[in-house]
Amino acid sequence: MTTDISQQIAGLDALELTSREQRGLPSRIWARVWPMLSAIILVLVIWELVVLSGWRPEYVLPGPITVLGDLWNRLGDGDFYNAVAVTMRRAITGFAVAVLVGLVVGAAVSRVRPLRAAFGSLITGLQTMPSIAWFPLAILLFKLSESAILFVVVLGAAPSIANGLIAGVDYTPPILLRAGHILGLRRLALYRHVILPASLPSFLSGLKQGWAFAWRSLMAGELLVIIANQTSIGEQLDNARELSDAPGLLATMIVILVIGIVVDMCFGAADNALRRRWGLDQRVG
Amino acid sequence: MTAPTQELRPSRADGHEPAVRLDAVSKVYGRDLLALDRVSLSVDKGEFVCLLGASGCGKSTMLNLVAGLDRPTAGEIDTKGGRIAMMFQEPALFPWLTVSANIELALRVKSSTRSTTKKERRERATELLEIVHLGGFGAKRPHELSGGMRQRVALARALAQDADVLLMDEPFGALDAMTRDLLHDELERIWRERELSVLFVTHNVREAVRLGDRVVLLSSRPGTVIEEFPITLPRPRRTDSGEVAELASTITARLREEVLRHAKPAKRPVGAGAEHG
Repeated sequence: MTTDISQQIAGLDALELTSREQRGLPSRIWARVWPMLSAIILVLVIWELVVLSGWRPEYVLPGPITVLGDLWNRLGDGDFYNAVAVTMRRAITGFAVAVLVGLVVGAAVSRVRPLRAAFGSLITGLQTMPSIAWFPLAILLFKLSESAILFVVVLGAAPSIANGLIAGVDYTPPILLRAGHILGLRRLALYRHVILPASLPSFLSGLKQGWAFAWRSLMAGELLVIIANQTSIGEQLDNARELSDAPGLLATMIVILVIGIVVDMCFGAADNALRRRWGLDQRVG
Repeated sequence: MTAPTQELRPSRADGHEPAVRLDAVSKVYGRDLLALDRVSLSVDKGEFVCLLGASGCGKSTMLNLVAGLDRPTAGEIDTKGGRIAMMFQEPALFPWLTVSANIELALRVKSSTRSTTKKERRERATELLEIVHLGGFGAKRPHELSGGMRQRVALARALAQDADVLLMDEPFGALDAMTRDLLHDELERIWRERELSVLFVTHNVREAVRLGDRVVLLSSRPGTVIEEFPITLPRPRRTDSGEVAELASTITARLREEVLRHAKPAKRPVGAGAEHG
């Protein structure tokens, strides 16, 4: 009787578990790459057509081939890597501080009711504030220094990160809270074992958005706050404009765009991995 | 697998020691929504009690009160200091943990005073999964399992709490009939082996008759106990057996009366289904 039940159960289980077939790695990569490649080619073609139309003279708006050639030359130049290194160091430092600040503020505001009432809408307000509006104050406070840039980067990114955490805590499924309560989890233990893990997806999208704000603030900062003897991507952009070096300018812009996209893709990959692990992945096909 | 354990349970006549006792419990939501009105009920040690009622009878409210998820407005609930576990209609597993880790978390909270090693907890989790016939699935994530399997993991997690009282809030409501039948057998076996006291909420009359030692019928809005049916049919029962069906239709008739009491005089057609709440 018992064995009969267990066999029946095993049979039902086997029927219900669908085997998911996994495509090979090359075909998955190709499936992601070809749309991007076609988009890039399309943009380059439109760009070339605009240049060919003679809308602006070539020394103001050079074609893609000239610009990509300039970019290629830069890739062989040590200065370029120094500039990227300086900018990335600032980005990473600023973002790291923003994550720390966002975590502390988000955790406090999401848990303490009076803090929520006091600062909840302020955080959202800060999020909508254009970061460039902070620079005059930052320059007054920190002079033309890296601190001024980092100050604005942190202010730009931290509210999004805090908000991501707060939203995650708010939208913890009530059924999981009840399950945790039944298991005997209270207060900090409930926070650690249920609420924090449950808010991870929302926190991750907060991080992603925070990165976008940090990167924008950083570029604005590097254009406004030029520090002597420290070449950075923003500074190179500013130089190129002053020297009317249109190919250099566009090449630098491409670098900024590519770095932004690559980092965003990293966050996207982390998000996808999380969704797959949790079974939130509802995409078809 | 384990040897069949089909001998009859010892009669409880030798001592009605309650595991849970509700004494004139009322619950008011907001200003004047009376969900429960002076409900008195007790579940003896090792007894399987099914709470049955149409919508709005406060079945789930009652379980939440017993579980301590909510407080009664008036009256007393005594759980005799026993440990309480609860299963919901949804499995409510933590999606970020593996099946095994979900159970290990319950073990860890339970034993926070008495330290157990991670290895011990893992072994215990594996044993519990074997009890619900999911021995090989510990490393899976909840979403990789079917609904019935997830509900069995939830049962294993509830067992991990080593509770004296198991509260079940329509735990099999979302499952197909065949899976539900099998889970009835499973639950009955585990209940016997562990001598649990079970308070089982359902709106399915046959399920109540299939499982319960006693079926308690609740009225709707506000919820009060209107009648109790002791079920003396020998176990194991089958949901599709004649005796179960007969008893179920008696209870359904009584439930229908209760539902009709709420029907507005003229407009509504008589005989609207009561079983599906």
